Amino acid sequence: MRVAIVTFPGSNCDYDCYKAITDVLRRSARFVWHGETRLGEADVVILPGGFSYGDYLRAGAIARFSPIMPAVQAFAAAGGIVLGICNGFQILCEAGLLPGALIRNRGLKFLGQPVHVRVENNETLFTRAYAPGQLLRLHIAHGEGNYVADAETIAELESSRRVVFRYVSAGGEVLDSGNPNGSTHGIAGVINAGGNVLGLMPHPERSVEALLGSTDGLGIFRSLQRAVESGIAERRLVTAEAG
Amino acid sequence: MNAYTIDVRISPRAGLLDPEGKAIHHALHSLEFDGVEDVRVGKLVRLKLLADSPDGARQAAEAMCRKLLANPVTEDFEIVVDGRN
Repeated sequence: MRVAIVTFPGSNCDYDCYKAITDVLRRSARFVWHGETRLGEADVVILPGGFSYGDYLRAGAIARFSPIMPAVQAFAAAGGIVLGICNGFQILCEAGLLPGALIRNRGLKFLGQPVHVRVENNETLFTRAYAPGQLLRLHIAHGEGNYVADAETIAELESSRRVVFRYVSAGGEVLDSGNPNGSTHGIAGVINAGGNVLGLMPHPERSVEALLGSTDGLGIFRSLQRAVESGIAERRLVTAEAG
Repeated sequence: MNAYTIDVRISPRAGLLDPEGKAIHHALHSLEFDGVEDVRVGKLVRLKLLADSPDGARQAAEAMCRKLLANPVTEDFEIVVDGRN
């Protein structure tokens, strides 16, 4: 698996992603500066967390017009796997690669804390290494993580199982007390209709080694590795090109 | 070409939670401004723009809003050209 990690001015989780791929998975990763126009050889593109362009205007609003973004759009359109984490999720929403938007946390404060997240759909390229309904302990670090979309979009996401991760209580229940930022239906991560673009607010790359207090985020990277190396992702890519 | 001053007023869409507005509303009430029924907080983007007519300036500003300045999922916008809505 070859991973391209896009670094925007203000990205600050790009190295964490790099370490997760290279040190833990022992696979290849490289950085692609936002000012470039080509992604190069890649099976997976990661848009990492951070504060691209200082979150000016809206989080992700300016980054989505970076010179590299047409290449990311084309990669996604051809069925390529794109993972957006935190600010990366915000950028994907702004770019229209994922539905909805992320607005200010309902409590107004920036939140840096562990949360409990339930795997709502383990039949995606990003989540096959997890058990159905598996409870994860991951970290969030965001000021704008409150997921909103119109009622129709939310209903469509729910009925098509495109809500992949949901904030829950420590006991795994969907409770308001387990929802840190006020996200609609406790949505923490969603996937596109094609199943190849996923965005989530929690940081899986911060939970990949016992030393970090949790390895619950590793499942996402392992799932992608398996998808790419077993050829599932490649077959999808071919189908996408043919279609 | 004339220079126009454009104010783009961006506000959270009706019905969308505006936690900042809510916090200010609460603060105004605690200062006994009891008549305040609602507070919404948005932002103002002021542009100086060259265009051949006020309509041309407005159209350009609208295009900017749709592409970048406002997010249609969460925000409404209003354009004021040289003080006129």
